Amino acid sequence: MEGVLAVLTGLIFAASIYLMLSGVLVKFVFGFALASNAANLLIFTAGRLEHHRPPLIPMGATALSEPAANALPQAMILTAIVIGFAMLTFLLVLLYRTYAETGTLDADDPRLMEEADDDDAQIATLPSEEDKTAAERQAA
Amino acid sequence: MNMLLVWPILLPMLTAVATVLCRADARRAHWMALGGATVHLGAAVVLLVVVIEQRFLVGRMGDWPAPFGIALVADYFSAVMVLITAVIQTTVTVYSRQDIDADMVRAGYYPFMQVLTGAVCGAFLTGDLFNLYVWFEVMLMASFGLLVMGRRLSQLTGGIKYVTLNLIATLLFLAAIGLLYGMTGTLNMADLHGKVALVENSALLTATSMMLMVAFGIKAALFPLFFWMPAAYPALPAAVAAFFSGLLSKVGVYALIRMFTLVFTNDIGFTHTVLLGVAGFTMLFGVLSAAAQMEMRRILSFHIISQIGYMVLGLALLTPLALAGAIIYMLHNILAKANLFLVSGLVRRVGGSYHLERVGGLYHTHGLISIGFLISAFALAGMPPLTGFWAKLLVIRASLDSFQYAMAILAALVGLLTLFSMVKIWTEVFWKPSPAPVREAVPQHPGASGPLWMLVPVLVLAGLILVLGLFMEPMIRFAELAAWQLLEPADYVKAVLGGDKP
Repeated sequence: MEGVLAVLTGLIFAASIYLMLSGVLVKFVFGFALASNAANLLIFTAGRLEHHRPPLIPMGATALSEPAANALPQAMILTAIVIGFAMLTFLLVLLYRTYAETGTLDADDPRLMEEADDDDAQIATLPSEEDKTAAERQAA
Repeated sequence: MNMLLVWPILLPMLTAVATVLCRADARRAHWMALGGATVHLGAAVVLLVVVIEQRFLVGRMGDWPAPFGIALVADYFSAVMVLITAVIQTTVTVYSRQDIDADMVRAGYYPFMQVLTGAVCGAFLTGDLFNLYVWFEVMLMASFGLLVMGRRLSQLTGGIKYVTLNLIATLLFLAAIGLLYGMTGTLNMADLHGKVALVENSALLTATSMMLMVAFGIKAALFPLFFWMPAAYPALPAAVAAFFSGLLSKVGVYALIRMFTLVFTNDIGFTHTVLLGVAGFTMLFGVLSAAAQMEMRRILSFHIISQIGYMVLGLALLTPLALAGAIIYMLHNILAKANLFLVSGLVRRVGGSYHLERVGGLYHTHGLISIGFLISAFALAGMPPLTGFWAKLLVIRASLDSFQYAMAILAALVGLLTLFSMVKIWTEVFWKPSPAPVREAVPQHPGASGPLWMLVPVLVLAGLILVLGLFMEPMIRFAELAAWQLLEPADYVKAVLGGDKP
């Protein structure tokens, strides 16, 4: 079982690196999602796998009978999943905004090479409710 | 006693909550953040004093015994890093009053800064590798928020580079944690120190250490992983850029120093030789790239990279003197670099631009700003008697002692090139006559002082650099003790795990 998971982890990592290197940022997102799963799987496998042996002390006994499953990697994975999910959502929003502003998500596109300049314009934000009502009143 | 370790993390988080609640009122949010920062500074001072007295301070969270629960550990190195974080946070918060507009405050500028500070302190104080990962993520998330807050196009494009590269670093870090846990069954750093020696598969161990080196290297902006930094930092408001440049990359360096003195000393011949080469290239590429720039913040961003090289050089040499040099270098660089970014914001405010061609004559009109710049810039370049001189002296002396003559020459040469860049800014911004009379027509803050809330932090930091440079001896002695603690981890391990363990 560990061997299978090890190979699977390797395959997912390979696929995710391929996607990340493609130069298209949307594929980078998919690559990142895959890779964070691969990392979680890696931790899971590294914690050693035990079937049908939860780390519970049987009734009447005073100590855990070895071997038992390791609960710690699962706690770590749970943390990592939550963090990875937060990162993924931020990345998606960032790319969405960038696409809305520049019209491209190709990493080689010069529009994504924008350099900081103190004269650069702020991105126009959506008009707020106040602006809208003011405009409506004017129109009326 | 354990609570002392918790306050530097908890206080910023509490202040973050408070500033969220009153972010609609920019002035009140500022006072709230300033109050929190001041208390935080006090807590950091107390922590350092107690750590100097007791040498180690260990807090076992929930009173779980050490290798099982999460331990917070403060030794000399981490305590002084917490203190410098608090100093920078306080000055930057004062500066934010006039630099950060009400829009950004409403968007949550102060809460993000507070969370960032708490996460940085957490990263300095934790004694657990997985906990370090979590603090890194909290830090990343807060920095993402600050990075895109101004909604400029350059912030989005710079943000993409910053976010993607840092996410890759995160994944490498996580995967390395998994491998390390698989090999040793522990993630407590002090416990790892002993367990790593028992690992039979030394090739896998070295591979894991390289994964961590790359992960921290991306965060610290080492060669050849630094490309996100010059793209992202110049897009930030000056106050945020000062905080980021002072502290974020240094957290990467801190993690490198911690891991490669405490845990990965099994294959010094390989890992530390790699670090040595990387340090050399980082110094050289950073400073050469900076020489070609004509925008103040971009020059400064490239100089962060070259300065990181010195710190990693100190780690790579792994002698007491070299590590002491690296520690002093970090402290000096945090002060000088943050201050230079603060000055750049002032120059933009009173001169109208970050571009060297478009401003000038500030020496005549704004004498105090020039003094603030002069002290920090020459400290960065390493002119005696400022802090940078001593830091460079120690690192170069240590490379000579280790017979790394090429590195010593390189370090001296990079110092010279740094001076070139700083003199370039000095002559362009402060000495040359003001180029555009158009700009002068709209001076936002006439008079010799400029915006006072922004000027005072600059002068305070410059004064600190001057005083530390003049009274360097106690600091060097302190840094030598800190370096000794890093190089002889037996005491650290004993303090964390308790006396019964060997």
